[in-house]
Amino acid sequence: MAKKSYIQAITDGLDIVLNEDPKTLIFGEDVGKNGGVFRTTQGLQEKYGEDRVFDTPLAESGVLGLAIGLGLTGWRPIPEIQFMGFTFEAVDSVAGQMARTRFRFGAEKNLPITIRTPFGGGTHTAEMHADNLENFFTGIPGLRVVTPSNPYDAKGMVISAIENNDPVLFMENLKLYRSMKDDIPDEKYTVPLDTAKVVQEGTDVTIVAYSAEVNESLKVAEKLAKENISVEVVDLRSLSPIDTDTIFASVEKTHKVVVVQEAQKMAGVGAQVASEISENAIMSLDAPIARVAAPNSVYPFAQAENVWIPAADDIEAKVREVL
Amino acid sequence: MAKESKKAVDFEKIKANLGQEFKPVQILNSDAKVVDEDLMANFSDDQLVDFMKKIVWERALHEQTMNFSRQGRLGFYAPTAGEEASEMGTVSAFKDNDFLLPAYRDVPQLIQHGATVTEAYLWSRGHVKGNQFKARALMPQIIIGAQMVETAGVALGLKKNGEDAVAFSYTGDGGTSQGDTYEGMNFAGAFQAPAVFIIQNNGFAISVPRKKQTAAATLAQKAVAAGIPSVQVDGMDVLACYQVAKEAREFAVAGNGPVMIETLTYRFGAHSSAGDDPSRYRTKEEEQPWFDIDPLIRMRKFLTEKKLWSQEQEDSYVEECKNSFKDAIKEADGVEPEKVSDMLKHTFEVPTPDIKKQIAEFEAKESK
Repeated sequence: MAKKSYIQAITDGLDIVLNEDPKTLIFGEDVGKNGGVFRTTQGLQEKYGEDRVFDTPLAESGVLGLAIGLGLTGWRPIPEIQFMGFTFEAVDSVAGQMARTRFRFGAEKNLPITIRTPFGGGTHTAEMHADNLENFFTGIPGLRVVTPSNPYDAKGMVISAIENNDPVLFMENLKLYRSMKDDIPDEKYTVPLDTAKVVQEGTDVTIVAYSAEVNESLKVAEKLAKENISVEVVDLRSLSPIDTDTIFASVEKTHKVVVVQEAQKMAGVGAQVASEISENAIMSLDAPIARVAAPNSVYPFAQAENVWIPAADDIEAKVREVL
Repeated sequence: MAKESKKAVDFEKIKANLGQEFKPVQILNSDAKVVDEDLMANFSDDQLVDFMKKIVWERALHEQTMNFSRQGRLGFYAPTAGEEASEMGTVSAFKDNDFLLPAYRDVPQLIQHGATVTEAYLWSRGHVKGNQFKARALMPQIIIGAQMVETAGVALGLKKNGEDAVAFSYTGDGGTSQGDTYEGMNFAGAFQAPAVFIIQNNGFAISVPRKKQTAAATLAQKAVAAGIPSVQVDGMDVLACYQVAKEAREFAVAGNGPVMIETLTYRFGAHSSAGDDPSRYRTKEEEQPWFDIDPLIRMRKFLTEKKLWSQEQEDSYVEECKNSFKDAIKEADGVEPEKVSDMLKHTFEVPTPDIKKQIAEFEAKESK
């Protein structure tokens, strides 16, 4: 057991699978000798060699095409897309190709690919680095989309993602990379890919959130507890599929729900959660489903992130509205 | 008065010379005369007859497929008449353990590589069983260029496996304008992966002539940008196509990295069965010179003169082929329709909770 950051937890997970499964391969831009632009693959090339951990030319479609081809010839690829904003270059490789390979072959082939990619605001990155693009990917049949909100889940989920025999988009939050540390077991453990987790028990209102917004939600829960308002916080962890059972169970207990996302409001994961609740658990509700999300503008220039990204204050205001 | 400044670069000269080093390889010319006796000596009589039979087979497949398509018995189909030398010549150079990544017009190569005609027909109709062939291949790729980046990955995988095999893929002249085509060749080059990229230049991408795709004098020279060797070949000469593909395969499998081949060929008919009409964008005058160098006529003339082939032999072989295609479509007719519950099961190895619920819903519906 040691205190580890979100990045270190992911590195740990990658180290474990590289060690266990000689068919795993890590590749992408600067992931080799440089250890990744965020040091997530630090030391892995040195330990496992250039055959297992290697740099690629700078072309995202090529990187994911490479992953598909390697997957078809018996390898377990773990490609990295340096920033999620650059996945636009490779949308066909994900949506048009790898996500439908099993389907195309009538289940006779699987592509066990885990695409790692950082995203998320609050660190004043240049344009197209922080965009929350999960909305694009959660609508793709055949692709799992997951994102951990803490170092413990990050390690367990990256291992589960790599061991899964279908393509997984593993989203890593830039702001969480170094901002928190957890006690992480040194040995191998897994966290399931398609279950949400109640990270704070409560009885008055449910907040459903994911990634960095889980921490914002926990701040709200802590603050409101002082006023004897009991907030339950559900961390989705998986954005596709969504674990509706955990959400419905919470809503049946609290009868009120606020759904929180950093992404723009339109057609988002929050909308999917809200529609699942309205279709299946509406009779449990005492108030309309509330949503906290970013404005429907393009992701802000760095200086304006503080007024654009939904923060604890915005969540608190919504929670008070539904109460 | 300013004096005339001295220039560092002669761009006009550079431009005039671009791609001039590429000249199509040819063994048998359009008059069915051998232009390279040394290369011709590589072929036995049996092999020559085998190439003839493959050309006849592909033309018969094309004609029968067009018939079935007109009768509504097939779905999507991209005609192949005119491209038999390019397709049969190149595909014959590859071995069963080589990995084929075809484009949508490359169904005949997929069949030669191990898929059945029944499976090809099921693919055309849109049935999952059309993709469950034994061939080491992907199904025909609809997204132009995607097969090229995937080829780089398959080739690297074969190399890492230590296999004595290559990845080979096809695209058309239009496909060379795609980013993925460049990325695929460049990745394969950077990794020195055993890939053979075949560009079938039939002069048109639907209605857009080759000249509108690029200012490049040849498509072969595009490989220069990836640092990989390339070659142009007379795509109406089955022997040249085979010889070049065979040498490309040998080069790649020996660890020398990828190769690109441009075959100069022609699409005799429409782009696809989906209502394309070439008379909207091509004239008879443009088409005729290509019809005159039909790869079928060239080989027929050559082999007839050598007394290795006869019209009777050809007629009876066409009949045999057509009968086998009729059997194939009957077999396709007998295949059970797909069920939604199966499609859901095919989406993930371990169904997600929402998919599990939908499987149960559809199974209930399907059992009624």
